[in-house]
Amino acid sequence: MNQPAIERALARIAHEIAELDLNGNEVALVGIQRGGVPLAERLRRLLSGIWNQSVPLGTLDVSMHRDDLSRRAAPNVQPTVIPFDVTGKTVVLVDDVLFSGRTVRAALDALNDFGRPTRIQLAVLIDRGHRELPIRADFIGKNVSTSLSEKVHVRLSGAGGSDEVVVEKNP
Amino acid sequence: MPWHRKHLLDIESLSADEIVTVLDTARAFKAVGERAIKKVPALRGKTVVNLFVEPSTRTRISFELAEQRLSADIINFSAEASSFKKGETLKDTARNLEALNADFIIIRHSASGAPHFLARVLKGSVINAGDGAHEHPTQALLDAFTIREKKGKIEGLRVTILGDILYSRVARSDIWALTKLGAQVTLCGPSTLVPRVFEQMGCRVTYDLDEAIRDADIINLLRIQHERQRKTMFPSLGEYSSLFGLDQKRLARTKPDALIMHPGPINRGIEIDSEIADCGRSLILEQVTNGLAVRMAVLFLVNGGKGPQEVEG
Repeated sequence: MNQPAIERALARIAHEIAELDLNGNEVALVGIQRGGVPLAERLRRLLSGIWNQSVPLGTLDVSMHRDDLSRRAAPNVQPTVIPFDVTGKTVVLVDDVLFSGRTVRAALDALNDFGRPTRIQLAVLIDRGHRELPIRADFIGKNVSTSLSEKVHVRLSGAGGSDEVVVEKNP
Repeated sequence: MPWHRKHLLDIESLSADEIVTVLDTARAFKAVGERAIKKVPALRGKTVVNLFVEPSTRTRISFELAEQRLSADIINFSAEASSFKKGETLKDTARNLEALNADFIIIRHSASGAPHFLARVLKGSVINAGDGAHEHPTQALLDAFTIREKKGKIEGLRVTILGDILYSRVARSDIWALTKLGAQVTLCGPSTLVPRVFEQMGCRVTYDLDEAIRDADIINLLRIQHERQRKTMFPSLGEYSSLFGLDQKRLARTKPDALIMHPGPINRGIEIDSEIADCGRSLILEQVTNGLAVRMAVLFLVNGGKGPQEVEG
């Protein structure tokens, strides 16, 4: 997936989110650390343009809520910053790749500690399949069929022109 | 940098990168303590034994609350109310804890090396909560965390540790941690309590108090450890206080942005003037708050397994 394809996918997701709630008052975006954070920032810019108002944005680190903590080296915990009250809002969780679903499961738990959103939805740039939990995304940039041994890398440069999504075969 | 240690036994064997990993992780746990819901499920289903063979109040309470906030199950074991009174050895006590499938043992003991011994004989993770006059690693980590938070860095800072260095495990752990992170550490106090041999740890020793505090960015005061001193190391507390206590007159000669720390419990009027302990330059209570975050971070890190750090979601 190259730069224009990523931009088109994000624009489509933004419009789909906008159709949920036309005035945008009750929508907030929360990027899952780390890959979801820059995507959530881009979606905010797009949505703010559609609604002509700023959209609340937060970041969520799910490390402390993971179910595999004693099976792997302790993760680097990134900042969780939710500078708004989630209660009563439609929170759109944003991540780069949806795979086993375990990160999203942890994110639902982590978000729960901040209040009770009216509803939580999930936006991902890539859905690569292989779910281990009954979790699905509400907004998907692109479905990519992968094998378990492959890795999906989402590289976002921010302002530059070198965004890409690459599927890498493991040797 | 990924953390691969199963135990936290001392600061001496940690690298600067490992210390920074603890401090970075503690920052995230401090934020958890500022939320409405201050508990996370990271240690759910894990059992922690607090084995405090030597009395402790603040360190034990801090560890206990850290464990509760990580959702662990807790067993408290204190010297006064335990089988040590009935003659059981540390090894036998440890084996009994093993039989309960304890995942973590937090140990405070009057004998240096007791945590290292437990780490050899037990399957669980061992965290040193103070062993004799040897080390008190979580205190040094919380001191480093507090300094970094307040000053924005540690490298290049001048830190003076003042008081009873000889009998202080806090001093030893602080010296290791702060010198590894690039601070210049100066030790000061009565010559009987600050032997020159500490220079081998990479710090400076002086007996001139005014010189020791004049350029300091941080002044860390230590309590006189009466319980560890086998004989009288100085003539009287009154004399100690007049020669080495931090009073207003001496504080006026320090840099205006120099900050005051103390691991507690403080003895007002002996090593520190009562008003200074409560003034805006005192970090004493922030150290307590940060201690909780640092101990959560340490438990979280030693709980990690052998697998790769990064996983795809």
